[in-house]
Amino acid sequence: MKRSTLQKALLIASSMVSHAFAEPMAFASPTNIFAPVSTPAKSIFGLSMFVLAVTAAIFVVVFTLLAYSVVKFRKRADDDGREPPQVYGSNQVEIAWTVIPVLVVLTLLVATARVIADVQNAARPDNAIEVTAIGHQFWWEFRYPALGVATANELHVPVSDGNHPTPTFIKLLSADTDHSFWVPRLAGKTDLIPNHPNSMWIDPHETGVYLGQCAQYCGTQHAKMLLSIYVQSREDFERWIREQREPAVVADTVSEGRRVFETTACINCHSVAGTMATGRFGPDLTHLMSRETIAAGAALNTPENLRLWIRNPDAIKPGSLMPAMQLNDRDLDALTAYLETLR
Amino acid sequence: MSSDSIALPRAEAASRPLVDALHGWVTTVDHKRLGILYILYALIFLVIGGIEAGIMRIQLMHAHNDFVSPQVFNRMFTMHGTTMIFFVAMPLVFGFANYLIPLMIGARDMAFPRLNAFSFWLTAFGGFLLYFSLVGANGLYGAGNAPDVGWFAYAPLTSRTFSVGHSTDFWTLGLLVSGFGSIGTAINILTTILCMRCPGMSLGKMPLLAWLNLVMSGMVILAISPLTAAQAMLLVDRYLGGHFFDTQAGGSAVVWMHFFWIFGHPEVYVLAIPAFAFASEIIPVFSRKAIFGYPVMVAATICIGFIGMSVWAHHMFTVGMSSSANTFFVLSTMAIAVPTGIKIFNWLATMWGGKIEFKTPMLFCVAFLFQFLVAGLTGIMLGAAPFDWQLSNSYFVVAHFHYVIVGGILFTIFGAFYYWFPKMSGKMCNETLGKLHFWLFFIGFHLTFDFMHIPGMLGMPRRIYTYEPGRGWDVWNLIVTIGVFFQALGTVIFVTNLLWSYFKGKAAGSDPWDAWTLEWSTLSPPPAYNFASIPVVKSRRPLWDLKHPNDPDWKYE
Amino acid sequence: MNATSMTVAETIQWDRPVRGRVAMFGLIAAEAAIFSIFVVAYLFYIGKSLTGPMPKDVLSVPIFYTICLLSSSLTIHLAVSALRRKGVRGFAVWWFATIALGIAFLYGTATEWHRLIYNDGLTISTNLFGTTYYSLVGLHGFHVVVGLIALSIVMALTLLGNVRAEHAERVDVLSLYWHFVDAVWVVVFTVVYVIGR
Repeated sequence: MKRSTLQKALLIASSMVSHAFAEPMAFASPTNIFAPVSTPAKSIFGLSMFVLAVTAAIFVVVFTLLAYSVVKFRKRADDDGREPPQVYGSNQVEIAWTVIPVLVVLTLLVATARVIADVQNAARPDNAIEVTAIGHQFWWEFRYPALGVATANELHVPVSDGNHPTPTFIKLLSADTDHSFWVPRLAGKTDLIPNHPNSMWIDPHETGVYLGQCAQYCGTQHAKMLLSIYVQSREDFERWIREQREPAVVADTVSEGRRVFETTACINCHSVAGTMATGRFGPDLTHLMSRETIAAGAALNTPENLRLWIRNPDAIKPGSLMPAMQLNDRDLDALTAYLETLR
Repeated sequence: MSSDSIALPRAEAASRPLVDALHGWVTTVDHKRLGILYILYALIFLVIGGIEAGIMRIQLMHAHNDFVSPQVFNRMFTMHGTTMIFFVAMPLVFGFANYLIPLMIGARDMAFPRLNAFSFWLTAFGGFLLYFSLVGANGLYGAGNAPDVGWFAYAPLTSRTFSVGHSTDFWTLGLLVSGFGSIGTAINILTTILCMRCPGMSLGKMPLLAWLNLVMSGMVILAISPLTAAQAMLLVDRYLGGHFFDTQAGGSAVVWMHFFWIFGHPEVYVLAIPAFAFASEIIPVFSRKAIFGYPVMVAATICIGFIGMSVWAHHMFTVGMSSSANTFFVLSTMAIAVPTGIKIFNWLATMWGGKIEFKTPMLFCVAFLFQFLVAGLTGIMLGAAPFDWQLSNSYFVVAHFHYVIVGGILFTIFGAFYYWFPKMSGKMCNETLGKLHFWLFFIGFHLTFDFMHIPGMLGMPRRIYTYEPGRGWDVWNLIVTIGVFFQALGTVIFVTNLLWSYFKGKAAGSDPWDAWTLEWSTLSPPPAYNFASIPVVKSRRPLWDLKHPNDPDWKYE
Repeated sequence: MNATSMTVAETIQWDRPVRGRVAMFGLIAAEAAIFSIFVVAYLFYIGKSLTGPMPKDVLSVPIFYTICLLSSSLTIHLAVSALRRKGVRGFAVWWFATIALGIAFLYGTATEWHRLIYNDGLTISTNLFGTTYYSLVGLHGFHVVVGLIALSIVMALTLLGNVRAEHAERVDVLSLYWHFVDAVWVVVFTVVYVIGR
């Protein structure tokens, strides 16, 4: 009978869903929006729980009415063939189910407006770390203007203690098309739009590495424009800053590789502090070896990957704007060895 | 209404050469034939758009898959979205409107039959132009020069700098051309409804389908035009050296977003409101009760039309608008939930106290009620801007809008097919195949789109051709992909049913569902002139009045 | 077909609006929406050009040609009124005057553009002002051209003797389009030559 098949289908669907929910491991994710560790993400989390509760209540009420009417008012097998009483409307009922939703909407609006203000209009304390993030196709440029540091793809920030917050304020610019900075556990996303500077802030309360990626379609390799945020203790962060401010390591053993670097097109796009390479189109390579990945997270930073990246970027990230450098094997080896010294 | 007594000359039964028949269809200005042309055109593109979706879902089945290259994938999501909105959903809406409106208001045709035909062919040509991009330049391998900028084509990705070649131009021109067709049809529908209702059918007595298509037409006129303007500006930028969206010259990428979404948001109501119209005709008939709260349904729809023009920037919560601007759009977005909810309650109240028969059209409409409720609730979640700062541009949004468009709109359109197929063809659809189609599609829809919300909440952005393992997205993507096969199978059964029933279905007669609006008073299929004589009506349900002479509606309305 | 008289049930008084008029209002609404977007873009980009000639440096207010265009609304109204009173000759004269005034307006636009391009070096690609100015004024000019083509067709038909008093309603619907084009010019004029300068 139709009734039991409908009910059966609903039961199957709901048991599938609850099976999945029962195992917490199924939801383990480094980018879970419901596992916030920073104030903006936490404010959003609080609001989202409230909104979910309200919508769940509405769902339960309306679904129950629907399920009830589908069961109770179905045509019986022994129906007498007469039309049921025709009811054309009821003003009281219409008013009731207008007024109640209006009240619900107003409640949601007030709760939402408060969080909007908290996040967007937060005061910037004097000890905030200032970072400028510039979106590129398909990598992230990070500069710390007050600290004189330039790096790429992996952002380091100090952990923020609840009592003495040290948030990081990020100015968002773009060198080409639209991008979006999304690290779910730290904050909601904000877009990087050329000629339209934006700003966001994070204040992570726990050290660790937090993952994210570009969230606004920006071209062929939008999918591999990954983000890693390293939240460090104050001491570790300051040590990192000091290391990043150093000019490039100059090792005699790789002079051949340095020569290749400085006489090939590399310097048109890349910078290495203390050398003649001052290109801004590609990532700053001064401390390339301090990063765990290359190509904005598309590959681990190993000598093999680095060599492959230079020889044939399409093998790692087809459609990226890094050109295949037409180098012979000897130059390629020397160049890789040189880059390996840029700690 | 004694149309049964008219002996229809059997001239159509004489066999004519195929060329004559095709010529008749190509040169037709009859609203019924144009309606069917729109619908067939849309069905073909539904299959094509579905294949594009299938390709994407196979690629995303697990992390680091290499079923297609990133270039092909990016073309797939662009073409899938553009096709489904402009060359499936819009033609279905216009097709059913064209077919049904004159019949339901007691007219012989639309107000401007030749404009009707011209608008159809403009729409059709726009679709062909868009798809010609697949075979232009590089040909099919590498998917030719199909656009790859996303269906909303954000600037400056669409500038000559970042979008070399002509792929973006195929997008722009195809939609520009079909946009003119849409505006033509909207003007036609508006004029038909206002000027050609049969005697006695005041605006307060016309079927809800007519009211809702009237509101839809008004929205098309006001909403497609901004897209046309923005696309003209894009062409100026790309070909005349203009700077409308040229950020290097002081232009603004955000201006494109505003212009696009001023079109884009009302567009979803353009699609949804006719879906509501189908539900508003089908649910009463299969509950055996008049629609509950007709005047309120009209008022709510008009409210949705107006408020729907003011919510557009909820697609832009992450672009850095001020907190007051964001709050305003939260208000308007939440506000639209009120009239929409009122409609759901009125449909429920229509079923309440009725005698519900679960034929295939009603199955699809009951599922619509459930799914549209869920879709509306996830819409409220997205309307809370800070929550949207996490969820926007993620698979949660993709799940939400597919829930609206597939779970809401497509389900009622399936219902409309089963409900009006007997009128259009004179044959009943096979009820067993219909129910099989429903259950397969229902299961597949929920497998795909229920579970699709989860990767969004776990941080998976949209429009990515692959993803990293270890983000916890793999198993959900696999389940989502599995659902696609059920939906594909359901669609195959659907098309089979249409074909089988057209040739072998039981004869339907004029009024197989014991319904109450004027289209059921004439033959199935209706003769070219629709009605033997123009009807005169006294209430919203003229056939109820005829069938219940002691208890007519006009005593109670 | 807009017959309001029925062969059945004469007890019902059944008045509905005229199809052509409703459709023309629909078209005007769509066109108004398109123009609004161009106007918004123009207003938004005022003062945002990074280089090049600025409006106040190069724009001179086209008072005379504006008077021509706005007067053409009056002449077309007189034409339609004449036709309603069955004065086909009067109609032809005023209709011709409308066309002539429209052409004068276009001539004024053409000379202005010639000066801007060749004397002042302002083209559609020069800067944001150039892009928005030529787009908005050009879109309006395009609509004037389309209107003039329609008016000319009617002129030709009139000279051939095919236009009579019973066509007054249709001609009136066409005049609605012309009035719309003039109304748009009022907005464009205000935005470009008053606010934007």
